[in-house]
Amino acid sequence: MFQNSWLILLFPLLGFVVTGIFSKKLTGKTSGIIASLMVLASFVYSAILFFQLKQITNSSVSVELFNWISSGKLSISFGFLIDPLSVTMMMIITGVGFLIHLFSIGYMHHDERVNTYFSQLNLFVFSMLLLVMSSNYLLMFVGWEGVGLCSYLLIGFWYRKNAFNNAARKAFIMNRIGDLGFIIGLIAIFTTFNSLDFNTVFSQSSHFLSGETIITFITLMLFVGAIGKSAQIPLFTWLPDAMAGPTPVSALIHAATMVAAGIYLVVRSSSLFILAPITMDVILVVGVTTALVAAIIALLQNDIKKVLAYSTVSQLGLMFIALGLGAFSTSLFHVTTHAFFKALLFLGAGSIIHSLQGQQDIRLMGGIRKSMPITFITFFIAVLAISGIPPFSGFFSKDEILAEAFHSNPLVWGLIVITSILTSFYMFRLLFLVFYGSYRGDSKTFGKIHESPKIMTIPLIVLAVLAFAGGFLNIPAMFGGTENFATFLKPSITLFNDFGFETKNHLTEILLALGVLLLIIVTILVSWYVFVKKSVLPVSDSTKRGIISKFIYNKFYFDEIYNFFIIKPYHWFSEKFTSFIETNIIDSIVNGIGSIVVFVGNKARLLQNGNIGFYMFVMIIAMISMIACIIWLK
Amino acid sequence: MENITSAIRIIPLEHYLFLCLALFSIGVIGVLFRRNTIVILMCIEMMLNSVNLLLTAFSAYRSDSSGQVFVFFIMVVAAAEVAVGLSILVMMKRNVDSIDINLLNKLKD
Repeated sequence: MFQNSWLILLFPLLGFVVTGIFSKKLTGKTSGIIASLMVLASFVYSAILFFQLKQITNSSVSVELFNWISSGKLSISFGFLIDPLSVTMMMIITGVGFLIHLFSIGYMHHDERVNTYFSQLNLFVFSMLLLVMSSNYLLMFVGWEGVGLCSYLLIGFWYRKNAFNNAARKAFIMNRIGDLGFIIGLIAIFTTFNSLDFNTVFSQSSHFLSGETIITFITLMLFVGAIGKSAQIPLFTWLPDAMAGPTPVSALIHAATMVAAGIYLVVRSSSLFILAPITMDVILVVGVTTALVAAIIALLQNDIKKVLAYSTVSQLGLMFIALGLGAFSTSLFHVTTHAFFKALLFLGAGSIIHSLQGQQDIRLMGGIRKSMPITFITFFIAVLAISGIPPFSGFFSKDEILAEAFHSNPLVWGLIVITSILTSFYMFRLLFLVFYGSYRGDSKTFGKIHESPKIMTIPLIVLAVLAFAGGFLNIPAMFGGTENFATFLKPSITLFNDFGFETKNHLTEILLALGVLLLIIVTILVSWYVFVKKSVLPVSDSTKRGIISKFIYNKFYFDEIYNFFIIKPYHWFSEKFTSFIETNIIDSIVNGIGSIVVFVGNKARLLQNGNIGFYMFVMIIAMISMIACIIWLK
Repeated sequence: MENITSAIRIIPLEHYLFLCLALFSIGVIGVLFRRNTIVILMCIEMMLNSVNLLLTAFSAYRSDSSGQVFVFFIMVVAAAEVAVGLSILVMMKRNVDSIDINLLNKLKD
């Protein structure tokens, strides 16, 4: 079974090729079904691998398919590492990915390029699977770049709109910055360990002492890569803009692929990161800042997808906090539950947008819970899950992060609590504004609001079940659970990770969890009072705002700052270079070469005068000089 | 045969050499500076003949007959060349009504 794990990659690739080649011939529905079935096949195979993996003892299988690159010291095989970590990721990607594919059949059916869409969606899944399955950093990088490419293609899917193209380019370029860090990290790894293979690198890493400079450097560079993909400060501005793509794509990027790649990279390299306390601190600081800043920005957003996008950035910050604390399996647990409820939130948003004919402004929604009951209930479950209400999945994963933080750094704990409160506030604000009150949009469209077709609601229901029950995967010891998830992941994660819950005081933890829960419930009540009871509406864009509100509404002016400090100087330099170096130096060199050739040509042309006598003369002179040369050289 | 060889040997080799040099130079100069095609062809013949004479002289002095065999080859080539050259000449006369070689510079355009 393990030897044939390449089949998991083959299915989506096949789907990509088939729907891509026959994009002119297939109907949208057929290609959608083909693409979905391919992902489903991969999911089934991953699930089989999962059960097989549980049976074997060392729970890690390396599958070497063939020698891929071999040159000098460099020897890289095309192989997969099937262990609890990769299998978990594979199941998330294919499982959630399949539901998103299914949803897309309904969501995209009216689009004229629906076949291209499914083709690219399959390629996205393929790249992400390659990323998590590979047994070495280089192959992982191939998948890493593939994911970047697919996000570019899909964010700019409606390329006729210029703004969408710009969003796609922004995502691509921001990711390139991160990728540069990743590449530098790869080179540093190779020069240090003489190998890029995971097993070799990690087994050799035990020879290094904690805090050694080269390890710190490597991990910092890898973290730069992770920042780019997982949208952390300072490279996070692409993710909200990435909302330009079709909504299911946003769900895929935010839940199953792409943004999880950064987390995966850090978790995968955990044996390196654990040796670099400085990097861990950097991760912690970046995570905390991102979580808080993104949550604050989300408070005042009025675009339904933008709110969700900032909430993803914020949740990713939480995951990085867990990584920074060394709680790798906790972080991955949050990735898993987040995949469920964030996919659900985005697909729910997609269902709403679909029904409201493209309306995304929550100021123009309201009161649609009666006409879209399934969407409403599932969305509500997702909101409860992300807010951390027990027993929904988000509660368990977030609570673990809180517990870890409380034991290592109370300040971080406090900031996470603030983030959680903000999260529940803006999520419930979104819920109340969209589903409660009265409809504020165009009165003509109100009658047309309808529940989405079955093909879209079934994925919603499945995801709702997962978002509800996902937390039971890893019930912490304090509630009498056995932490199945963490135990399962243990073999993949570095040996140093012995943050046992056993040693901690369960009573304190339960009290803390209850305290946080109380705060969140109060927040929800406040939010209910403001948005339902008083029905306060977000102000329109033309209203004058206070300074702080303006600051937040404009997303802390991140884009403007980048514009001022990077793009403007870049343009300035470009202009100077055009006017000075380009015209004076480059042009004169190029034109100079041209005019020299023309000059020589003009002179040489005269030799060819058509006069036979002259030719003969030249011939004889040449012969004489040749003979003279021969004699003289003798 | 023996008589001819000994007859050639009566005159010293240098004389043949100088004569051939003179003939060859005249031929070269003629080819270079005359414009009449017939004269040029004749000058080429003259160069060929000077070489023939030289070959014969060397052959006689070294008692080696291969030089004389070469002379026959050169004569055959010269005959063929004259045949071709004269027919070109006829065509040239027909087309441009002149045998001035400097008129044939049309290819440069």
